Amino acid sequence: MTHSIEIKELKLSFGAVTVLEDLNLQVGQGEFLVLLGSSGCGKSTLLNCIAGLLDITDGEIHIQGRNVTWEEPSQRGIGMVFQSYALYPQMTVEGNLTFGLKNARVPKDEIAKRIARAAEVLQIEPLLKRKPGALSGGQRQRVAIGRALVRDVDVFLFDEPLSNLDAKLRADLRVEIKRLHQTLKNTMIYVTHDQVEAMTLADRIAIMKGGQIMQLAPPSEIYNRPVNKYVAGFIGSPAMNFMEGQLDSTAQRFDTGRGLDFSVQGYEFASAPTSGPVWLGLRPEHIQSGRWAEGQPVQLEALVDMVEPMGSDTQVWAKVNGQDLRFRMDGQEAVAIGDRMPIGFDPARLSLFDKTTEKRL
Amino acid sequence: MSATEITTATRNASAVAPRGAKPKNPFAPRNIMLYGTLIIFSIYYLLPLYVMLVTSLKGMAEIRVGNVFSPPVEITFQPWVKAWSEACTGINCDGLSRGFWNSVRILIPSLILSVSVAALTGYVLACWRFKGSEIFFGILLLGAFIPYQVLLYPLVIILRELGLFGSLWGLVLVHTVFAMPINVLLFRNYFVALPEELFKAARVDGAGFWGIFFRIVVPMSLPIFVVSGIIQVTGIWNDFLFGVVYTRPENYPMTVQLNNIVNSVQGVKEYNVNMAATLLTGLVPLVVYFFSGRLFVRGIAAGAVKG
Ligand SMILES: Nc1ncnc2c1ncn2[C@@H]1O[C@H](COP(=O)(O)OP(=O)(O)OP(=O)(O)O)[C@@H](O)[C@H]1O
Ligand SMILES: [Mg+2]
Repeated sequence: MTHSIEIKELKLSFGAVTVLEDLNLQVGQGEFLVLLGSSGCGKSTLLNCIAGLLDITDGEIHIQGRNVTWEEPSQRGIGMVFQSYALYPQMTVEGNLTFGLKNARVPKDEIAKRIARAAEVLQIEPLLKRKPGALSGGQRQRVAIGRALVRDVDVFLFDEPLSNLDAKLRADLRVEIKRLHQTLKNTMIYVTHDQVEAMTLADRIAIMKGGQIMQLAPPSEIYNRPVNKYVAGFIGSPAMNFMEGQLDSTAQRFDTGRGLDFSVQGYEFASAPTSGPVWLGLRPEHIQSGRWAEGQPVQLEALVDMVEPMGSDTQVWAKVNGQDLRFRMDGQEAVAIGDRMPIGFDPARLSLFDKTTEKRL
Repeated sequence: MSATEITTATRNASAVAPRGAKPKNPFAPRNIMLYGTLIIFSIYYLLPLYVMLVTSLKGMAEIRVGNVFSPPVEITFQPWVKAWSEACTGINCDGLSRGFWNSVRILIPSLILSVSVAALTGYVLACWRFKGSEIFFGILLLGAFIPYQVLLYPLVIILRELGLFGSLWGLVLVHTVFAMPINVLLFRNYFVALPEELFKAARVDGAGFWGIFFRIVVPMSLPIFVVSGIIQVTGIWNDFLFGVVYTRPENYPMTVQLNNIVNSVQGVKEYNVNMAATLLTGLVPLVVYFFSGRLFVRGIAAGAVKG
């Protein structure tokens, strides 16, 4: 049994609308998988299919080696945490935690043991007798996690658990979830549209678009080697710079055709190098400027258009031979609109995508 | 004295400087309209009640000579006693009490049955959608627009075939059926507004159809149960038509009994007894409103906000 969750050729339609089609996914034991994608791409739908809350149209779902395609949510060995917490308002925290266990007719002493453990792990012991209405957002989400925890299951499903919380609390709970995963070593599937959550928590990230998984890979690979232009533009903040242009016949030089051309020697092609029309992607944080531009394989001159100081660093919008380019520089460096400054970068950090298929070259 | 102190001093001196709560004008046109309307409508509804009350406390002699609005000179409860236990219909002379107990025996099962069936139907329509559930709901709502008169006779036949015609249970069934459209609408709309993720969470927690209903939905829906309950209590208690049509004289509800007492033509018209009888009949809905009016308003408002 190598996979914790295995999804085969999953299809889900709401009437005439097909949301998921021919989706295959394997999640390893103890893996933390993040589903990331823009709103409406089918993340929650996929999670609900795994949980059994939606009846799928076609395909199979296996959890811990068991085909659970036709099983009820409660029999699938999963725990789920929702965005809106979904705590039962008229029950105490303890009632919320024990509800599922009582339904499953778990013996009393066993229930007590599990509650005690969950309460300790999540530090909600003092809250057990309170109603959810008397808790703060962070405490509620902790109770919601506790409700999944006491079920003693192998798989946790999170549907944007932190998006109702304020920024600081979100950061705190993010760390707690990561710690929880390290302690429990359960398989976790976590839906979010927050990049930072995805990058920090995930063992692997699945980038979804229109009901399909665009790329499934560890965070660093998603960041450094996005498989297509969509993924490249989606990951990273500020977003990647894209330039339209042409690779020459040797596939060594890039030319926008509007007065900007440079060598891309050093770029690692995913397959055999090809020439022709391409999109070139360059992350703002991979562009060096000022004196750090010296020694970079590619060197250009930029005319500063606009400046956004952020304290730790400064975002610069510039024009390079008629091409818009955004880059970051040290927040301590002085820069003003209209300045000319040298910039440079390493072609090894570029991304090249085919113009028509938008796939990585 | 520094410059700032001077300005503070001047500000305190002039009382008209705008500061704090804005003064209100009690005689603004808006208030006159609002309270004027309220007062007129209160008089419109309370005056008849007042006349009934004072008349029911007067003796016949006093009624004959006096003004209807004048308070009783000599208060007597005799009319109330008579209305309750001695007033005559064409058939018997044991007053309203018989009708009261009949009404209670009709009300309780009808109330329980109609509210619980409506709640369950609303629950299914809101939380366990099935193919065609929206159409089903549409048809159910259509029922609210069909005039009772149209259904009266077909229902007689149906009850006869079921062997329930003339019995209390036949009437209970009729009340339950006629309660469906409005009450299902109430419950469904209330349940639809409950957060969907709660149902999902409950399903993951292994609660089934009944578990979710009784453990999650019902405890969260007290206001709408109260609203539905009040609508049913008043509706069933005030019903006259179904009572006359579907039961036999020994099972007539209080309203029918009241009618028979008031309309029986034997000797003089005893206005005081009639008034007392009418007040007695209206007492139950009145009491229900007094004690749960606040919850009623809250339930209606909650339903409105959640849409
Ligand atoms: N009951 C439904 N009937 C029809 N279409 C639906 C239904 N539920 C969801 N959809 C559609 O399915 C698509 C995917 O929805 P889903 O909720 O999975 O998106 P999501 O990725 O979770 O988005 P978000 O990040 O906003 O939560 C959407 O386009 C949505 O309109
Ligand atoms: Mg979602």
